[in-house]
Amino acid sequence: MSIIEARNLVKVYHLGGSKINALNHVDLTIEEGEMVAVTGASGSGKSTLMNILGCLDRPDEGTYILAGEDVSRLHPDRLAAIRNRHIGFVFQTFNLLPRMTALENVELPLLYAGVSEAKDRAEEALRMMGLADRMKHEPNQLSGGQRQRVAIARAIVTNPAIILADEPTGNLDSKTGEEIMMLFKKLNAEGRTLIIVTHEPDVARHCRRQVHMKDGQIVDGKGN
Amino acid sequence: MLFWTTIKVALKSLMASKLRSFLAMLGIIIGVGAVIAMLAMGAGAKKQVLSRIYAMGTDLLTVRPGQHGFHGVVTGSQQNLTLEDAEEILKKVPNVEAVAPAVQGSAQLKYFNKNTRCNVIGTGVTYFSMRNFEIEKGRAFTEGEVDRMARVCVLGPVTVSNLFGNDEPVGAQLKIKGINFQVVGVLKAKGDMGFYNPDDTAIVPYTTAMKQLFGLEYLNEIHIQGTRGCDLNTLQEATSSVLRLQHRLQFGQPDDFYIRNQAQYVEMASDMTRTFTILLGSIASISLLVGGIGIMNIMLVTVTERTREIGVRKAIGARDRDILRQFLIEAMLMSGLGGLIGVGVGVGAARMIGKMTSFAISVELPSIIMALSFAAAVGIFFGYYPARRAAKLDPIESLRYE
Repeated sequence: MSIIEARNLVKVYHLGGSKINALNHVDLTIEEGEMVAVTGASGSGKSTLMNILGCLDRPDEGTYILAGEDVSRLHPDRLAAIRNRHIGFVFQTFNLLPRMTALENVELPLLYAGVSEAKDRAEEALRMMGLADRMKHEPNQLSGGQRQRVAIARAIVTNPAIILADEPTGNLDSKTGEEIMMLFKKLNAEGRTLIIVTHEPDVARHCRRQVHMKDGQIVDGKGN
Repeated sequence: MLFWTTIKVALKSLMASKLRSFLAMLGIIIGVGAVIAMLAMGAGAKKQVLSRIYAMGTDLLTVRPGQHGFHGVVTGSQQNLTLEDAEEILKKVPNVEAVAPAVQGSAQLKYFNKNTRCNVIGTGVTYFSMRNFEIEKGRAFTEGEVDRMARVCVLGPVTVSNLFGNDEPVGAQLKIKGINFQVVGVLKAKGDMGFYNPDDTAIVPYTTAMKQLFGLEYLNEIHIQGTRGCDLNTLQEATSSVLRLQHRLQFGQPDDFYIRNQAQYVEMASDMTRTFTILLGSIASISLLVGGIGIMNIMLVTVTERTREIGVRKAIGARDRDILRQFLIEAMLMSGLGGLIGVGVGVGAARMIGKMTSFAISVELPSIIMALSFAAAVGIFFGYYPARRAAKLDPIESLRYE
């Protein structure tokens, strides 16, 4: 079964008087266990596609079926629950919450989900990321690479259907970026589905499949 | 779980910008402090007035003449209370312990080169015990002195200090309205009542007062003391019927006198102090309201500053109501914390007012609880709008916010 099945996605933005077709009838299928790079110049529509795949936004037209559920017309509160359960986000700027320890950051999605053994599971995720001795540290006491690993721990702690990474190495030096990519590959090898948005060929190179976008359309690597 | 984490994070972010949080809370601190201090003053005033009314005696009835009137316009008191009325009451009304007739007027007192004006009461011997007047020095006048119209007087402590300074008052001669009187005793202080000061007074035998000082035929008041534990209302009715008979009032004719009992004074004083308390409290509440606006202001700034955090929280699954709750909790925490500090400030301020002025102060638990819950309510009310704004933020734009 495909984990992502997007059909005929359309998203139009109105800027002043002009219409911008951010997504122009996009089809995309991603199978469970894939590791996909989404590339494209800025303005190509890749951010819009990520927002819709990440259930942060809804398409104007078309259907998006995530893990067997049609999520293209859901109420924002339902979308929040879908994000919580099915999607793990990794951002370029890490986006850890300040004044909360690494452990508390990783616990947070579980707390929103109302999971009871949140602490144990968060500790487990941090241990997997090799941060067993950094759990009580706050983000400003961690290096960039450590922060991104905390963020990845937060993304995987709910066992999501897909992990969405948006330029995950953009704020890291190349060596640390490489380490993070190795981590992603390890997670993929464990059977997790990853989608990585990037404009760096070095990063895209790590992915078996590359989807290239241009002018609101996928020009390469649709994969049906 | 989420609740405790939220509180912890809120506390940390309050601590992260201490000065700002403090300034935001200052309004609430001052507001709660003011409410508590004002209510403490109100409650203190009430206690003081009531205790002084009790000090006057609680088992008392006072008969006063009725008032002349013309279509509801009061033109003066009737002159119809006589010494015979007082004697009849003592004789015929059951459960009467004592009766004291009284006349009073303002008069000038003179002692050598000093003079003062005070309330002069002409009354009987029983008056002292009925009104809980105790003798500090010397003695009260006697039945004999009343009967022979002796020119003796007992002075209140304030009057004594006005006239005598450091001189010994007991045994001294002074002039009341130009007539020589001998001071036989000094009263123990009772404290100012606000509407009149029982310590600034001269008490003389009613015979002397009526014939020599004021030239009065009629009484201003008759004080009646019931026996211990008697029902004041029954006593009041019995007194009324004796007086109606005495004044030959026909059935259906209105009373030409009126009777007050101390319970009514207590009620009156309670009403008065309640109004006073409400007035002070509501003025103070306005500052609490202003404090709420301060909290709202800072919460709006906080929401803007933490737009990105809100975006992240939404991305990892926070629903609108989760965000709303978080910012409401922060607003309430701020107002609650401000409230707690305000309680300290208020109690401290109340104590200080009590020490530096003559106001009686009484900090009461209900007023603390009231001020605190009002502060929390202010937090919810003024925190709601910023929290709602946070909850309604679009996750995509928030994540992009720099």
